[in-house]
Amino acid sequence: MNAAAPMSTGTAILVIVGLAAITLLTRGFFLFTRREIPFPNWLRDGLRYAPLAALAAVVLPEVLLRDGQLVRTLADARLFAVAAAAAYFWWRRGILGTIVAGMAVLLSLRLGLGW
Amino acid sequence: MNDDPLSPGAPARPGHAADAAARPAWHHPEYRRGFEEMIPTAIGIAAWGLITGVAMGKSGLPIGVMVFMSLVVFAGSAQLAVLPLLSSGAPPWVIWATALCVNLRFIVFSAVWRPYIVHLAWHERVRMAYFTADLNTALFTRRFPEPQAAPEQWPYFWGGATLNWFAWQVPSIAGILLADLVPVHWDVGFAGVLALLGISLSMLTDRATAVAALVAGCAAVAAYALPLRLNMLVAIAAAVAMGVLIEHARGRGGAQEGGR
Repeated sequence: MNAAAPMSTGTAILVIVGLAAITLLTRGFFLFTRREIPFPNWLRDGLRYAPLAALAAVVLPEVLLRDGQLVRTLADARLFAVAAAAAYFWWRRGILGTIVAGMAVLLSLRLGLGW
Repeated sequence: MNDDPLSPGAPARPGHAADAAARPAWHHPEYRRGFEEMIPTAIGIAAWGLITGVAMGKSGLPIGVMVFMSLVVFAGSAQLAVLPLLSSGAPPWVIWATALCVNLRFIVFSAVWRPYIVHLAWHERVRMAYFTADLNTALFTRRFPEPQAAPEQWPYFWGGATLNWFAWQVPSIAGILLADLVPVHWDVGFAGVLALLGISLSMLTDRATAVAALVAGCAAVAAYALPLRLNMLVAIAAAVAMGVLIEHARGRGGAQEGGR
């Protein structure tokens, strides 16, 4: 699993067509039919937690892992970038500013200190 | 999909195929209005598209494949979320499950759109559904707070949707093409992760969502050694289970504290 190669072009296109279908299926979920669609509670709960769970499950490994191992040094530009981004978010709540703050720290550490 | 007749006496049938052919949306003043009301947010959409494009360009997949992805998937958060999975060769169904979870909010949006457009022809509903992103849903419901259909809604929708599409696709594709000019060491693709971080933080509304996010993140790290990026599914399942448990416990607590 660690440092696996990207998938073949053919598989990637298949995956992308599936992703496009998911875009359409979710955006059109209650629009494809004029019949009333029941909305069960478990789906409502899933709607509440699943999107956040999926995002957190992408973000945290990207921040804390390098080649499948926990980062063992604090001299890691991504850690500081994330700290700056999170701090900006709590301060101002703007997502674009959060990205800019994080990238400013990341690039100064990478280009300035060579981290 | 049943094509029962439209509500009788509707003054005009916006978006009906015949009308659409006779009078394109952009001839209507509401098309212009929808377009213009999207302008202030278009800058944010463009910046977002550029970040997503650069992250895609840095994913290690061919540029043509990424341009194809930008054009047909048209869902920024889902695209950013699946990039690490695409780069590490995760199996398609894990990638699709992740994108599905990230896109679940659109199901809620589709329920919001339903009263406005359910009377339109099926193919027109499907066409519109594809273009209902986060911001046009917000702008549309601000312009038309009453959830009932009106003829001027159809051109207004397409005015905003047109600008939204170009404000997203042009910078996104530019980002994909330009990503190669930036040295790999700069790690500019990390902007995509920071974008997802910002969205995640904005979704932390109470302790239950915070606990669910923490559970998902920790489980994804702890289970990272699993093959096929199955750690994604473990994390989502654990977090949803935790969230539902908290909700359940709180429901009981709420009943006891009923007098508060």
